Amino acid sequence: MTFLPTGTVYGVLLNFRKEVEALAPQMNQPPYKAPPKAPVLYVKTANTWSPHGSAIAVPARVPEVEVGATVAMVIGADNDVEGFVLMNDLSIPHTSFFRPPVKFKCLDGFLGIGPAMRDAQEVADPSEFRLEVRINGELRQSVDFSQTVRSAAQLLADVGAFMTLQHGDVLMLGCDAGRPLARAGDRIEISGPGFEPLVNTLVKEEA
Amino acid sequence: MKRARILFEGAVHDAVEKEGQLLLADGRLVAPDAVSWMPPLAPTPRPRTILALGLNYADHAKELEFKAPEEPLVFVKGESTLIGHRQLTSRPSDVQFMHYECELAIVVGKTARKVRRDDAYDFIGGYTVANDYAIRDYLENWYRPNLRVKNRDTCTPIGPWLVDAADVPDPMSLALQTTVNGKVTQSGNTQDMIFDAPFLLEYFSSFMTLSPGDLILTGTPDGVVDCRPGDVIVTEIERIGALVNTIAAA
Repeated sequence: MTFLPTGTVYGVLLNFRKEVEALAPQMNQPPYKAPPKAPVLYVKTANTWSPHGSAIAVPARVPEVEVGATVAMVIGADNDVEGFVLMNDLSIPHTSFFRPPVKFKCLDGFLGIGPAMRDAQEVADPSEFRLEVRINGELRQSVDFSQTVRSAAQLLADVGAFMTLQHGDVLMLGCDAGRPLARAGDRIEISGPGFEPLVNTLVKEEA
Repeated sequence: MKRARILFEGAVHDAVEKEGQLLLADGRLVAPDAVSWMPPLAPTPRPRTILALGLNYADHAKELEFKAPEEPLVFVKGESTLIGHRQLTSRPSDVQFMHYECELAIVVGKTARKVRRDDAYDFIGGYTVANDYAIRDYLENWYRPNLRVKNRDTCTPIGPWLVDAADVPDPMSLALQTTVNGKVTQSGNTQDMIFDAPFLLEYFSSFMTLSPGDLILTGTPDGVVDCRPGDVIVTEIERIGALVNTIAAA
């Protein structure tokens, strides 16, 4: 059985300190004019969902994609967290965060989804999550979830202050700066203690 | 055919409009005010994709001091923000400017991938009316319009009817109008869209596959005003329907 969400999948920008540091010099400049107050969210629509093991097609016009390795919370029936799942939140690289990133993030297949949900009861503290990203076997990024801006609980609270996450909805914890780039032909593996690895292969989109 | 989805006597029913009444699948005819209206959309196997356009009418873009966009300004909404006709929308107590947006909503009829403009109408199943409320106090310039403005519970009324595409011969020439407590505050016509329905189908399906039941909210014209608790907002589109909503204090 491969895990697939049943609700809406939300991602969050700027939830890692290094991401914020990298953009800090621009935050008070146009078009942003001020640092963000509420969590900066986006939606990974259902057409983006790629189960573990599947090939992800990259359009010919896109030379490289950005690999966003993260852990996502799956919302339970009582407005709690039911479990955690690995995600590979792919994007076409973009440098402006002024407008919603639909054309960069909502391409077919652009969200790899871990093979299984890890029960929340097994997880003492999400800030202890550690991930490694390997492309064709080579270690390209290590992600340390003690470095987030908002903890999992704080993120849930701050999002819940303006919208209700429903049973089955999914909220990612964010993708750190230094996201590796990959291209058609590459095998991307995201792994971490306690999780079954998530593997997807990029392929050239058929014309 | 005008289709609705309603709660009546504790059960969800599909219904169709018949002489101003609701005809249920079991043959019963019930009055529109005897039911609780839900979004007029059949459930989908996976979460519905809801795309919404900003600044898609030249006059609204001007009103908001932006130049008309060269490509669609689009954001995505979660399904949990949708509510039906004649429901309540919450206005937080601390805000100064919350406004309606009367929008023609396209309901995708069949799987659309790399659709050409000339074929676009084949992929549209029907139309409904959406009121895409915005709370401008919460606007931030990060992925703007941000979800705190646009993805709030109760803030996207939709309905009352899903009108079959076959019954809407010219969706790009429909009058839109909004009233607040009976007074007209917004009027426009879908012919003034910057990016029309065929363009939007072609544009989105060029990079994302749309599935039956997915929605495209096509933006709103000039004339948005603040809505206060107790205000009754009617967003109406010619041939499609009049969607009634009441603002409640949160």
